[in-house]
Amino acid sequence: MLNVDELKATGLSVQYYLVCHRKLWLSTHQIQFEQDSDRVLEGKVLHEQTYNKHGNKEVLIDNLIKIDLFGDYVGEVKSSSRMQQSDRMQLLYYLYVLKQAGINKVGKLHYPKEKKVEEVHLTDAAVKEVEKVLIGIQVVKDKSTPPPLIKLPYCSKCAYYSFCWVGEVD
Amino acid sequence: MKDIFIFNNGRLKRTDSTIQFIDADGKKKTIPIVQVENIHLFGEIDMNTSFLNLLTQQGVVLHTYNYYGYYSGSFIPRSKQVSGYIDVRQASHILDPQKRIFIARQFIYGAVHHMLKNIRQHKDGSEVYINTIESVRVNIENAKTIPELMGMEGNIRKIYFQSFNHMIKNEFFHFVKREKRPPKDPINALISFGNSIMYTTVLSELYKTQLNPTMSFLHEPSVKRYSLSLDLAEIFKPLIIDGLIVSLINNRVMKSNHFEYIESEICLLNDEGRKIFLKAYEEKLSKTIKHRTLKRQTSYRFLIRLECYKLIKHIIGDTTYKPLKAWW
Ligand code: SF4
Repeated sequence: MLNVDELKATGLSVQYYLVCHRKLWLSTHQIQFEQDSDRVLEGKVLHEQTYNKHGNKEVLIDNLIKIDLFGDYVGEVKSSSRMQQSDRMQLLYYLYVLKQAGINKVGKLHYPKEKKVEEVHLTDAAVKEVEKVLIGIQVVKDKSTPPPLIKLPYCSKCAYYSFCWVGEVD
Repeated sequence: MKDIFIFNNGRLKRTDSTIQFIDADGKKKTIPIVQVENIHLFGEIDMNTSFLNLLTQQGVVLHTYNYYGYYSGSFIPRSKQVSGYIDVRQASHILDPQKRIFIARQFIYGAVHHMLKNIRQHKDGSEVYINTIESVRVNIENAKTIPELMGMEGNIRKIYFQSFNHMIKNEFFHFVKREKRPPKDPINALISFGNSIMYTTVLSELYKTQLNPTMSFLHEPSVKRYSLSLDLAEIFKPLIIDGLIVSLINNRVMKSNHFEYIESEICLLNDEGRKIFLKAYEEKLSKTIKHRTLKRQTSYRFLIRLECYKLIKHIIGDTTYKPLKAWW
């Protein structure tokens, strides 16, 4: 395994890496904009409600990732499964960090609105996948200019939408 | 979200999640803070730190103006938007003369575009102003230094202000010349007041981004504390303020009784005049147009923020800066 300390990445940057490299670059260069859309708010409320039901606790590891420990597994609560791929990777990354600390856990993705739970296991193949992502994140961060714009279906809901797509027509 | 303007004397108080204004006669008015974006104080107002802490919590900016209605200072909540990276990039575009003048020039292009747009709205007899301005405009490209560029801008502005007498029907508001300190006639009073307000609006928008408002390109970074606000206001003054002034006068909304003279030398908008102006200003800022690249309804106020975004994109090497040139 790689040494995570050398590849400091937050759980969020793992998500961003999978969703949009530009978003990752912008956020790691401290270019952030407030996201006050309802969707994010909804996510927060959902999170708080699920908290109470499961009696889970939030654990901050290494000032890097914040995980929800539900008894013997690591849980992530999401409002929809639209981003399942990146949700899964984010969770794998958490399991990866825990494993480095000598803790072996199983992960579960909770989609309460869809009444769906998905188990995530950190297999050897998954470890390789995580490491590929970590190296990828580093490459994106180190670019001297932001990665070029590519229109993604996700853009219109992204906090960077106005920033990315503003321009002048001649 | 709106701006609140307070003209009376009195006291501002925090009451849970609302703010309360108590005027000199003890009359109370309650305003929910969540709807407020900026507070502008023209009267003499008492307040305490608990009130200011509420503003910080809610990200509300407070601007104060002196007796004459000129901007005097701001209370700005601890800025959430900071980026050391942007600071460094911004500075690098000021330290390199080529990079600096490129941006400065764009601000002037944007400003001139809007000046010409205003003049064109008053067709008959405006060709002479348009032609003269355009003959100066072609030289902007060749300006080698910032003072040279500023000189050209000054020339254009002079011709532009001459055209005001042509745009304005009521002779009471005709110009002799642009006089800033102090304004001696109603038209100068209106322009000065409008520019003051524009400056604070730009400043409020700048604070929502990572740009450093003290680092400017056209104006010397030392000319005024938040000189980047002056830079960006160049583009928006003719677009927002001047058009507003001309239409308020021509539609007879703004009249001679909205002004007062101090020692028959200084001319100022009185409280009623200011209220009329600010009401129209707020309406204009919240007016929307469909943005051509965002494909979304965009308010005039948000156009200012977008200008900040475009500047950021330029200094981080993403997209070359082009100023807003109103197309509608
Ligand atoms: S708006 Fe689109 S391109 Fe820009 S950061 Fe968001 S997802 Fe990426």
